[in-house]
Amino acid sequence: MQLETGTVVRHETEGRNYRVLTLRLPLVCSTANPGQFIHLRISALHDAVLRRPFSIYRVEGDSLSILYKSVGRGTAVMQSLCPGAEVSVIGPLGNGFPVRLTPDALPVFVAGGYGVAPLYFLATRLARPGILFVGGARAADILLTSAFEALGWNVCVATEDGSMGTRGWVTVPLDAWIRTRDSVPTPEIFACGPNGMLQALALRAKQCGWKAWLSLDRHMGCGVGACLACVQRINTQDGEILVRVCKEGPVFESGTIVWEDTGNET
Amino acid sequence: MKPDLQVQIVGIRMKNPVMVASGTFGYGPEYAELLDVSRLGAIVVKGISLRPWDGNRTPRLVEVPGGLINAIGLQNPGVDGFLDKYMPFLRRHDVAVIVNIWGKSIEEYAEVAARMDEVPGIHALEINISCPNIKAGGSAFGTNLEATGRVVAAVRKRTRIPIIPKLAPNVSDIGAFARACADHGADAISLINSYPAMAIDIETRRPILANVTGGLSGPAIHPIAVKLVYEAAKAVKVPLVAIGGIRSAQEAIEFLIAGATAVQVGTANFTEPLTALTVIAGIQEYLERHGIPDVRELVGSLRL
Repeated sequence: MQLETGTVVRHETEGRNYRVLTLRLPLVCSTANPGQFIHLRISALHDAVLRRPFSIYRVEGDSLSILYKSVGRGTAVMQSLCPGAEVSVIGPLGNGFPVRLTPDALPVFVAGGYGVAPLYFLATRLARPGILFVGGARAADILLTSAFEALGWNVCVATEDGSMGTRGWVTVPLDAWIRTRDSVPTPEIFACGPNGMLQALALRAKQCGWKAWLSLDRHMGCGVGACLACVQRINTQDGEILVRVCKEGPVFESGTIVWEDTGNET
Repeated sequence: MKPDLQVQIVGIRMKNPVMVASGTFGYGPEYAELLDVSRLGAIVVKGISLRPWDGNRTPRLVEVPGGLINAIGLQNPGVDGFLDKYMPFLRRHDVAVIVNIWGKSIEEYAEVAARMDEVPGIHALEINISCPNIKAGGSAFGTNLEATGRVVAAVRKRTRIPIIPKLAPNVSDIGAFARACADHGADAISLINSYPAMAIDIETRRPILANVTGGLSGPAIHPIAVKLVYEAAKAVKVPLVAIGGIRSAQEAIEFLIAGATAVQVGTANFTEPLTALTVIAGIQEYLERHGIPDVRELVGSLRL
């Protein structure tokens, strides 16, 4: 974990509604692993007391990129960051995905919307390509497919409005694939996306006896394990315990997660 | 000559008057990779109860203009968990350790205090009678004058460690609560805890926090805290530790002038983990600029 000032190197659009912010962060980059995140302070947001967490999309040398959609006050202000601007970053934070695959396993990625970003970072670090299932509301929310294809991945797309790939949730093409695939090799699932999608994957992983690594998204405060805002109940040998998504997560083995109705949290 | 930043409070000689507030700094190790904790005046650890406690459901925290509302609900590993997991770290560092304690009954407060009494390396106990986020305990005591006195007296009886009750802001006469604490054996008083608050998602018409209500902290509550510190200082002679919306030396110095001997940085730790250190440097710079040799000269120096 480092507290580092990042300089904006590039700030590009990705598709219609998304942007890629690339920062020069030598210290953070030197230890960043796929599935970890950075906690960004947006100084133009004067009255904001919380930093904003972003999963790491890409690390190339000293440069780290995040992929984001303008969804709130923080990300709206972020769009005005120009090359040369400085931002305060804490990172890399949390525990990411395992980068060493189970022997002979086929990596299967499942992403919802910009949840594809940390999976791309993972794809650049895995020993072999696999299959990516990516879902979104409409075609404009389907990102990075050609980047995955360039790494040798098969890509299956689903959109809720049917404007790209299969119509429906990402579980539609996934389930079709589960029904028709050969019994070997055994899939190992890596996923990032909305809670409902992750819960659906946990169910399938359990039914099929597959290992699945899920990256959870929770409202975070400090990002370093101090405030206990982002807790999650998990199963351990000693029974259920509360862990911090920002510190012990955000990636958990799916069988350990205790799913509960979290009210209005998505 | 460099101005003297040392202060003495409840017998603790602190390097400077800047502590980090309970609930915003974990138990010490969480931020230790980012800053040298021995440069702090003191660490006030997150509230400890007799037994482990899970706290509230999520969402537990929401940002609002000028601050955040939290309803963590005092999740903590209990006395034994705290002593096993965190006291060794805290003892290894040259920093004053103040343990925030709470209970669901007066007996529980006293029991936690008694357990801490045997532990080496604890410099003071901050008694949380003001958490707005739990049904039993917390502000149920801190907004009732008689209960406040009884909790403080009960804790006093069971420990020799200096005790610092932490007051709730939502009372009609803060001076009366400060006096009740001082009269029942408090060595110092800290104030304020977060202010009861609420936020609603207008699309779903549901409260944003699972606990429905929470406590507001951050810059928004700073002027409220200044006024309450000013009033408490008029009511009691024991030292005051001021808390509420410190982002820079400016807010900390206001508290000192209003009558506080020390201050705590809270929510700003989340924004900028090095805030306490920049506050310390800023106080030093202020003293130099005004030719004040000793920070204690500032305490209660308000000109009316």
